[in-house]
Amino acid sequence: MSNVPSDLKYTKSHEWVKDNGDGTVTVGITEHAQELLGDMVFVEVPEEGNEVSAGDDCAVVESVKAASDVYSPVSGEVTAGNEELADAPETINSDAFGNGWIFKIKLSDASELDGLMDAEAYTALVAEEA
Amino acid sequence: MAKTPLYDKHVEMGGKMVDFTGWDMPINYGSQLEEHHAVRQDAGMFDVSHMTVVDMKGDRVTEFLKKLLANNVDKIAGKPGKALYSCMLNETGGVIDDLITYYMNDGWFRTVVNAATREKDLAWIEKQAEAFEVAVSVRDDVAMIAVQGPNAREKAISVLGDAADAASQLGVFFAAEIGDKFVARTGYTGEDGFEIMLPAEQSADFWQALADAGVRPCGLGARDTLRLEAGMNLYGTDMDEDISPLEAALGWTISLDDGRDFIGRGPLEALKAEGVQRKMVGLVLEERGVLRGHQKVVCEAGEGETTSGTFSPTLSKAIAFARIPKAADESVQVEIRGKLLNAKVVKFPFVRNGKSCID
Repeated sequence: MSNVPSDLKYTKSHEWVKDNGDGTVTVGITEHAQELLGDMVFVEVPEEGNEVSAGDDCAVVESVKAASDVYSPVSGEVTAGNEELADAPETINSDAFGNGWIFKIKLSDASELDGLMDAEAYTALVAEEA
Repeated sequence: MAKTPLYDKHVEMGGKMVDFTGWDMPINYGSQLEEHHAVRQDAGMFDVSHMTVVDMKGDRVTEFLKKLLANNVDKIAGKPGKALYSCMLNETGGVIDDLITYYMNDGWFRTVVNAATREKDLAWIEKQAEAFEVAVSVRDDVAMIAVQGPNAREKAISVLGDAADAASQLGVFFAAEIGDKFVARTGYTGEDGFEIMLPAEQSADFWQALADAGVRPCGLGARDTLRLEAGMNLYGTDMDEDISPLEAALGWTISLDDGRDFIGRGPLEALKAEGVQRKMVGLVLEERGVLRGHQKVVCEAGEGETTSGTFSPTLSKAIAFARIPKAADESVQVEIRGKLLNAKVVKFPFVRNGKSCID
């Protein structure tokens, strides 16, 4: 069973969301997701200033195996994409919940966070899919 | 799902098992990239027991294979153990399968065909064999392990025991039956190495001995990136029954000048006479991204399509095979998620013996 930090929120499509407490969130893919995808070789991050709605595909991660969309868990404006991933996509494999973050969003509706899963619910989802 | 004799070993060694055309096979043992590099830089091994080993025996077996195969077995006849790569074509000149055939003696050839095409291959071979009174037998009693990489032969020889001497003397693209093993200096990675057939019941111990000698277990994921770098076609992906070998960069395997009446010859000659319209080429992506199969290729001369693509771990660039108009020049664009990215047409292989072959 992979690591599922309890201070993060999760989506069914295996993104994690960290509430930065200042109206912004940081988004990445979970350790479980990177395990499924395998060695990362390419990441396309969204541009700063892009407006996104919850559920929009706004980044792409590609492993040696396959390409996979990353969906925005919340609505708002992209405030940063992790440019470091362009030269070091493998950071997602080695540190999915830390330096492997993919983008940051300024929330347009903070209540959307309440609709996301907590660590317990996400752990159950992963167990169910296994 | 079918399991090879090495299934328990794969699970024990942490293989991630997936369905590969009905076979429960390891896709990797943790990191496809590390496995890929192990084969390019040291030694790796693959369980290829799912492939089908077929023995063909009879007084007229040479004559039979000259009819069955698009390449000419006269090139290997009389040279014990010599291997030949060939397509097996249907009546319309499409590819039923690609395979390796070994000459054993005047009355015996051995061939290895793909796992995914096993049933149709066997049906076709048996049907054609009847008229030549050739006996066709499937060797499901053997397992097959490919040991590949610059240090693969040395490490394999260290655990081959009684077979070591004879194995060490094998020339490139030669094989020999040594005791209860069949050792071939062939492979599907662009590296030196062996493909070793042995009795199924001995295969787990032999796999373990290879691992103990420092040969890294590798999954089918690395096998695919390695064969792509090496410029080797994958049946069902890069060509199939609707594709002529002349449009799959396999013209070099078609032996037309010898006047043989092999199956599929007529349509190939007709296509050659009217002019082949498409060519299969290598592509290297010049921008960031990953090439995959079935992406649209835009050329000045018209459109084409990638047949298989990947991120090349050796070159750290995206590479692909593509079928494009014959007249296309060196600069093309590939459509990836709605964007056109620049790519360069290159000759494959992309990588051979650990070294880049492109500029």
